[in-house]
Amino acid sequence: MTTTPASHEVSLGMPQLPAPAYPAEVRARLEADAREVIARYPDSRSALLPLLHLVQSEEGHVTRTGMQFCADVLQLTTAEVTAVATFYTMYRRKPGGDYQVGVCTNTLCAVMGGDAIFSALQEHLGVGNGETTEDGKVTLEHIECNAACDFAPVLMVNWEFFDNQTVESAKRLVDELRAGATVEPTRGAPLCTYKETARILAGFPDAREGAVEAGGSGGPASLIGLRLAKGESPQPRVVHPRGQDAGPTRDTAHQSSPGEHLSSHDAPQETSASDPAHPAGPAAEEGE
Amino acid sequence: MTLTTDNGDTAASGGADLSPEELLAPVLSAFWDEEKSWSLEVYRRHEGYEGLRKALAMAPDDLIAYVKDSGLRGRGGAGFPTGMKWQFIPQGDGKPHYLVVNADESEPGTCKDIPLLYANPHSLIEGIVIACHAIRSSHAFIYLRGEVVPVLRRLHEAVREAYEAGYLGKNALGEGLDLDLTVHAGAGAYICGEETALLDSLEGRRGQPRLRPPFPAVAGLYACPTVVNNVESIASVPAILNKGKDWFRSMGSEKSPGFTLYSLSGHVAGPGQYEGPLGITLRQLLDMSGGMRPGHRLKFWTPGGSSTPLLTDEHLDVPLDYEAVGAAGSMLGTKALQCFDETTCVVRAVTRWTEFYAHESCGKCTPCREGTYWLVQLMRDLEAGKGTHADLDKLADIADNINGKSFCALGDGAAAPIISSLHFFRAEYEQHIDEKGCPFDPARSTAWADTHTEVNA
Repeated sequence: MTTTPASHEVSLGMPQLPAPAYPAEVRARLEADAREVIARYPDSRSALLPLLHLVQSEEGHVTRTGMQFCADVLQLTTAEVTAVATFYTMYRRKPGGDYQVGVCTNTLCAVMGGDAIFSALQEHLGVGNGETTEDGKVTLEHIECNAACDFAPVLMVNWEFFDNQTVESAKRLVDELRAGATVEPTRGAPLCTYKETARILAGFPDAREGAVEAGGSGGPASLIGLRLAKGESPQPRVVHPRGQDAGPTRDTAHQSSPGEHLSSHDAPQETSASDPAHPAGPAAEEGE
Repeated sequence: MTLTTDNGDTAASGGADLSPEELLAPVLSAFWDEEKSWSLEVYRRHEGYEGLRKALAMAPDDLIAYVKDSGLRGRGGAGFPTGMKWQFIPQGDGKPHYLVVNADESEPGTCKDIPLLYANPHSLIEGIVIACHAIRSSHAFIYLRGEVVPVLRRLHEAVREAYEAGYLGKNALGEGLDLDLTVHAGAGAYICGEETALLDSLEGRRGQPRLRPPFPAVAGLYACPTVVNNVESIASVPAILNKGKDWFRSMGSEKSPGFTLYSLSGHVAGPGQYEGPLGITLRQLLDMSGGMRPGHRLKFWTPGGSSTPLLTDEHLDVPLDYEAVGAAGSMLGTKALQCFDETTCVVRAVTRWTEFYAHESCGKCTPCREGTYWLVQLMRDLEAGKGTHADLDKLADIADNINGKSFCALGDGAAAPIISSLHFFRAEYEQHIDEKGCPFDPARSTAWADTHTEVNA
C-alpha cells in the first residue's frame, strides 16, 4: 500500500494552507475536555501527550486539524506539536481500523511463536504491517515488547492483553473482531473501539460498568510464584481458548483505505526511517 | 499439556534442597490470588496504608534516613539506593518538589511492574504518599506506558479511591499539606524509560535524554528538584515501613537486601512472577517451577532484560543480586529472566533485539543513532548467511564504539547482546557464515512446537 495518494503532487514552494478547523460543536466539546486535562498539570504543555490521545479519540488518528487544535489550546506552534506527534508510535498518522491488532515480535515473543502468528495473520487478513482490512475493522501491526513475556506469545488488541496465543487462536480472534462479536481479552475489559480506547489514554476513566474488575486480579503466570510459596502446585499452562464458533472467514485483498476524513490527506504518514524517498518527512511538509 | 516437574533438564545440583515455601517470600504479590486484589478494601485487609500511618508520624528527614538504612535499591535496573536519591533533594529551596514514578516498563523481557500495577496498584500509591512526605512534595506523577490500558484503568480507579479515602488530596500529608497525584499515559517510546527522557516527555516534548549534570534531583521536572523512581522501588517502601527495616534486611545480602520480583519467561515450564529475597539463583527458580520445557536444555538467558549481557548455563548458580550478577559480567537489571533453549538461534535473537534498539533510538546522539542502524545491517546479513568473517570484527567494533560513548544507556543496551553473544557464541555466528544460512528451524522454538509429542506420548 502506498501511503502517498497518487494525486499528491510535489509542492513547489507554496505554503500549505492551514488545517481546516473542527466544526464548532466538536471544538467546544474538545475544549472542555482539554481544560480538564490541562488542569492536571502545573505546566500546560505537559498536557500535549494526553491531548494528542484526545484528538485521536475524536478522529481515530492524529490529523493536521487535531494538531492545530492542540497547538491552539496549548499556545504552541504546529511545528512543536508535529514534532511530538511524529515521535511516538501510538499516534496514528493515517486512518486505521476499529481494532488495532498488535502482534509482539520482539525477540522472546517472536521466538515463542509471534513471528509465525504475525505472518499467518498477514496472509489470513490479506494486509501487511500497518495496513487495515477493507471493511475498516482491523489494523494489523507488529509491536515491541509489551511487558507480558511470561504470557508469550502475546497479542494486543486496542492495548488489551491476549495472552498465550497460537496461530489458530489469533486467526479466530481477528475473525470474531471482523464479525462484530463481543471479544474479551485474557486480561482486561471487553474490547471497546480504538477511539474509545484513546479517550481512556487521554485520562478519562473507562465509565463502563464492570470494566475495572474485568479480567480478574492477576493472570495465571502472575500467580505462579505465590502458589508455590503457599505450598500449592502451580496451575498448568493453559492456552487461552477462544470460542470455537469462529465468525465467517472472508478473504479480502487489501486496498488502501479511502482518504475519507477531512484532513487525512495531509497528515504526515511516514518517518524518514520508513520513507527513504522523503528523508525530511514531516518537516518539509510543514516548512515548505 | 501438563506441567512436568521432573524432566526440566537443568542439571541436578547440590544445595538446592530448600522448598519453594522457604525460598520465596511474596510481599507485594502476597494476595494477588484474592478477588479484587486491586481494590482499596482488599489492600486495607492486608495491612494496606499501615506503613503510611507510621511514615507520617516521622519527620521527613528521619523517614529518608530510615529508607536509606533499609538498604532498598532501585528496582528499575540501575540499583541506585532509593533513600539516597531522596536525600539529594535540596530542602528549603522554596521550589516545588516532584516525585515521578517511572512506570514505562518497556525493556524487552521485563514484565514485573505491569502485573504489579494490575493486581496491586495501591502498594504504589501508598509508597508515593510516603515518598512525597519524605521529599516534601505536593504533586506526584505516574508515567505509565500507554500500551497497557487494563493497568491504566486500575490506576485511575485506585487513585480515585485513594482521593476518596483522604490518602490523596487536601491535607493528605497533614494540616495544610496537600498532595495531588496525576496518572499520565505515555504514547509509545522505549526511550521514555530513561529518566531524563521521561521528564522531557512528561513536559510535553519528544522523549530525548538530557545532559547531566544537572541531575533531576536538582533540576528535573520543570527544572525543579525531582525524584524519579521505578514502580517496584516505590511500591516496596510501605512494607519496609510497616514491617521494619530489620525485617527487610533479614532478606537478601548485606549490599542487596530485601525482596524483589523475578520474572521467568521463555522456554521454561513455569513462566511467571516469583517474589523472593535477592540472591536466589536461576537454578533454584527453575528447579521449583519445573525447569526448562520437557526435553530441552537452557542455552542462554538474560538476567534483567535484553540490555543486560547474556549469560549461559554456566551461570545457573550465580546469586541474582546486584553484586553477583555484576561479577559474572552482566547486570541484575530488571530481573527479567528470559530463558532460551537449544532450539533458539542466538543470531536471530540478537538481530531482533538490535532491530528494536535501532527502532527506539531517539536520534539525539550519533553513536547510537548511526551505530544501531549499521548493527542491524550487519546482523541481518549474518542471520541470512550473507555475512563474512570480517563482519564479526566490524560488529564488535561498532558495538564497542556505541558502548559507553552514547548519550544515554540505550546505546549500552544495544551493545550488550552483541558483545555478550559474540563472546559466548562466536562459533554459531561463524556457522551462519560458513554454511551460508541459519542452521535453526524457527518452528522448533515455538510454544506449541512439542505439543504433538506430548499428546501422543
